[in-house]
Amino acid sequence: MLYSQKGMATPPVKNVQGQSSKQGFVYLPLIAGWLFPGAGHFLLRKWGRGALLTVSIVGMFAMGLAMKGKIYTGAQDILEMLGFVGDLGNGLLFVVSRIFGLGADQVQVTTADYGTKFIVVAGLLNVIAAVDAHNLRTGRKPE
Amino acid sequence: MIHVSHFTAVVLFALFASTVFGITQRETPRRMVRYGVYCFTLFVGSAIVISWVMFLIAR
Repeated sequence: MLYSQKGMATPPVKNVQGQSSKQGFVYLPLIAGWLFPGAGHFLLRKWGRGALLTVSIVGMFAMGLAMKGKIYTGAQDILEMLGFVGDLGNGLLFVVSRIFGLGADQVQVTTADYGTKFIVVAGLLNVIAAVDAHNLRTGRKPE
Repeated sequence: MIHVSHFTAVVLFALFASTVFGITQRETPRRMVRYGVYCFTLFVGSAIVISWVMFLIAR
């Protein structure tokens, strides 16, 4: 469609595929996106965006682990608390890494410090991606 | 365990973060790519500039 329908009386007719992805629990893309990076976009049939988000966030998390980054397990002070909250943003990646004891307990080399930051930022980026999926689901962000 | 250089770490960080920023902060694919490239350039460029500033201060 080459012209804008903004302000017209008749709302644009959405295709059947778009409607089917917008049925069900409204917070499902948000929760799925938090549990696994990109899953929220996959639920909304945004395959390309979802794949890029998965590769980016899982890749960043994996790089952090490979650099022997620290996974925060608790909160002794305010900085650790913030790091722990960031790590929680990784959803199931955080849970799995805790179960299998991945990541270092203490930062011993410079690259491990970078790795710790990679893991925290991966969690924060995952939260942004999950909120984006929620905005697409509610229509706040145009598709 | 892998050992990466400081610059490699910066480039990887910028690549992953810019990809997510581009997808989530813009609506159309073209604008996503442009914003992603913009963020990547700012990440890497600012790291290089700040590194040189710290190097000159430390001399």
